[in-house]
Amino acid sequence: MKKIVLTVNGEKRAIYVEPNDVLLDVLRDKLGLKSPKCGCERGDCGACSVLLNGKSVRSCLVFAIEVDGCEIETVEGLSQNGLSVVQEKFIEMNSFQCGFCAPGVIISTTELLRKNSTPTREEIQEALAGNLCRCTGYTPILEAVEKVSHDNKENHNHNINKLYSSSDIGGSDE
Amino acid sequence: MVVAHDFLYQKPSTLQEALNLREQYGKKSSLLAGGTDLLVNIKESRLSPDIVIDIKGVPELSILEKRDNSIFIGSAITFTELIESPLIKNSTPLIVEASHTVASVGVRNRATLVGNICSAVPSLDLGPALLVYKTDVVVESVEGKRVIPMDKWFVGPKKTALLDNEIVLGVLVEIPELKNGTSYMKLGRYSGEDLAQAGVGVVVSENFEYKIAFCAVGPIPKRALKLEEYLNGKEFIGLNDELSQIIQSEISPITDIRSSKEYRRHMVEVMVERGIKLALSRL
Ligand code: FES
Ligand code: FES
Repeated sequence: MKKIVLTVNGEKRAIYVEPNDVLLDVLRDKLGLKSPKCGCERGDCGACSVLLNGKSVRSCLVFAIEVDGCEIETVEGLSQNGLSVVQEKFIEMNSFQCGFCAPGVIISTTELLRKNSTPTREEIQEALAGNLCRCTGYTPILEAVEKVSHDNKENHNHNINKLYSSSDIGGSDE
Repeated sequence: MVVAHDFLYQKPSTLQEALNLREQYGKKSSLLAGGTDLLVNIKESRLSPDIVIDIKGVPELSILEKRDNSIFIGSAITFTELIESPLIKNSTPLIVEASHTVASVGVRNRATLVGNICSAVPSLDLGPALLVYKTDVVVESVEGKRVIPMDKWFVGPKKTALLDNEIVLGVLVEIPELKNGTSYMKLGRYSGEDLAQAGVGVVVSENFEYKIAFCAVGPIPKRALKLEEYLNGKEFIGLNDELSQIIQSEISPITDIRSSKEYRRHMVEVMVERGIKLALSRL
């Protein structure tokens, strides 16, 4: 057993692990975080995705011992202060049916939107290509993320317009 | 799933330490970079190492830089790092294009190019790209360094020229001197996780020198030398009977769960044509 220290959803945790303990099992069984799901256990489905130092990884393909000193975020952490915008949108648009794939999808989407708040349909598809869903046929999931992207763009344009219109007013005073 | 197999875990912080461990344990050691293949192999009992040597702590292996007229890609460099590197994009864009087709973002955030070539599966997406650029694999053991040209690296399905006491430091990819256009065509059933049913990588330089390589249509990724020779110096117009014959003589696909050999044979011709045209349009 080796002691590792990691930051999980903003909180420092120290735990003892064996070299062959897989991160997914440690998160679920030792740290009580049940959002990462165990689907295929071989990297194919994305249900076990978590953010490791900000990047989405498949926790079924990482040994816990490797993440000593690292930072992990799961869906529990992302919604600590209420649901995120994209989570709200998933609910609003009925994006999931059984919901088993949802945590993984939320992790992949969060990573994408942090890098690029206004992704195109293709960029969304590429980001979510590794998250398998057995229920929905993907359409409502992709549409929700597209809607968030669209809203972000609108807000952005709106802010820019506001900027210009206030300077216009300044100009007409002259 | 609990991994039933027990092993030691070491994460050396110097290359020397890593080489010593590799020397000491040899065949009984497995090197861990991204782990996306290693964990599956251990879980499914294809590998049962006594020790897993995590190389991510060795600084030399995390280097991605220009060295003379080549680019050095260290063993711990992930596909995501390659995709996001302006250096790679500007000098060897085929590596970016092929990396985009590897599995999914969550795998690419972890998996490394060097790990990929060490797994040496026939469908290896980066095989064609590394073969059409001149690439050397740099390996080291306690006895010293060795450089293995890419076309000597793959010795069979899942077999490479790496010895049991060696560690790959990285690959050196030569930046082509002439202006060139590139393309990677991948045939897969769906994007996201699928292994290639066939892959074709092309580099065409402005004087119409062609470099073409295949993956997933033979036991190992391989350059199509006869095809290149036929095309060199000529502008490519399209397929003809002679070209089709040459292409067919270059490949030896099998039928497996992903597709039949007949389908692969048919599609490789289509992909060569499209790949060359795309590469030319990017010149
Ligand atoms: S459980 Fe990890 S990818 Fe499926
Ligand atoms: S909603 Fe059931 S797997 Fe996606």
